[in-house]
Amino acid sequence: MRGAPATSVSVVKLVFLARLREAFGASHERFAIDAPTTVGAIRASLYARGGPWAAELAPGRAVRIAVNHELARDDAPVSPGDEVAFFPPVTGG
Amino acid sequence: MTVRIQTAPFDAQAEADALRRGDMDVGAVVTFVGTVRDVNDGDAVTTLELEHYPGMTEKALGAIEAEARERFDVRGIAIVHRVGKLAPGDPIVLVAVTSAHRGAAFDACRFVMDYLKTRAPFWKKERTPQGERWVEARAADDDAAATWSPR
Repeated sequence: MRGAPATSVSVVKLVFLARLREAFGASHERFAIDAPTTVGAIRASLYARGGPWAAELAPGRAVRIAVNHELARDDAPVSPGDEVAFFPPVTGG
Repeated sequence: MTVRIQTAPFDAQAEADALRRGDMDVGAVVTFVGTVRDVNDGDAVTTLELEHYPGMTEKALGAIEAEARERFDVRGIAIVHRVGKLAPGDPIVLVAVTSAHRGAAFDACRFVMDYLKTRAPFWKKERTPQGERWVEARAADDDAAATWSPR
């Protein structure tokens, strides 16, 4: 059927910037979600990967998260097709 | 309104002139230029690399510019921020503001910089004789942004 999803799993695009990009060894990835979720839930599942993920995303580490280019809190909703970016506190200017 | 992200140097005077040109209600022009220092946290800095988040950066700067227009009685605002490799002495950022009277231009210029420092997605990595390191955010910048009452 045209327009039907190719699979039952939907994805969001994760973006990693600056120190986090270097620590994770990736600037972006496709991340599967099986239902609408939240910023905090995605952070928790990345943290559970261990290694640099656990080190950089530990509770209390200052990490900024943006959904579709807007800064978002942990309880912000994330839907299929969204772009969710993780980065350190900004240091421009 | 002008919001630009670029690798090339900018001409602060030309940007200010462009804001003022043809607007006879302008009685004040304030420009701020941020430049690369050759020392940070006690170490010599030889080069600075500026990274940003394309797509979000333009939106964040546009939102700051729009909020400055709501808060202050200004005529024009220009924000130009450089990215890529920079050396000590190089200009990094320009904020130019025009207004009828000086108070609004001074205030808006400071407001834009305080918000840019804490909300616009740029990151600095500096090279020192000890190696490369990401610049850490400063509490003083959060304090400066917090002096403006939230809307």
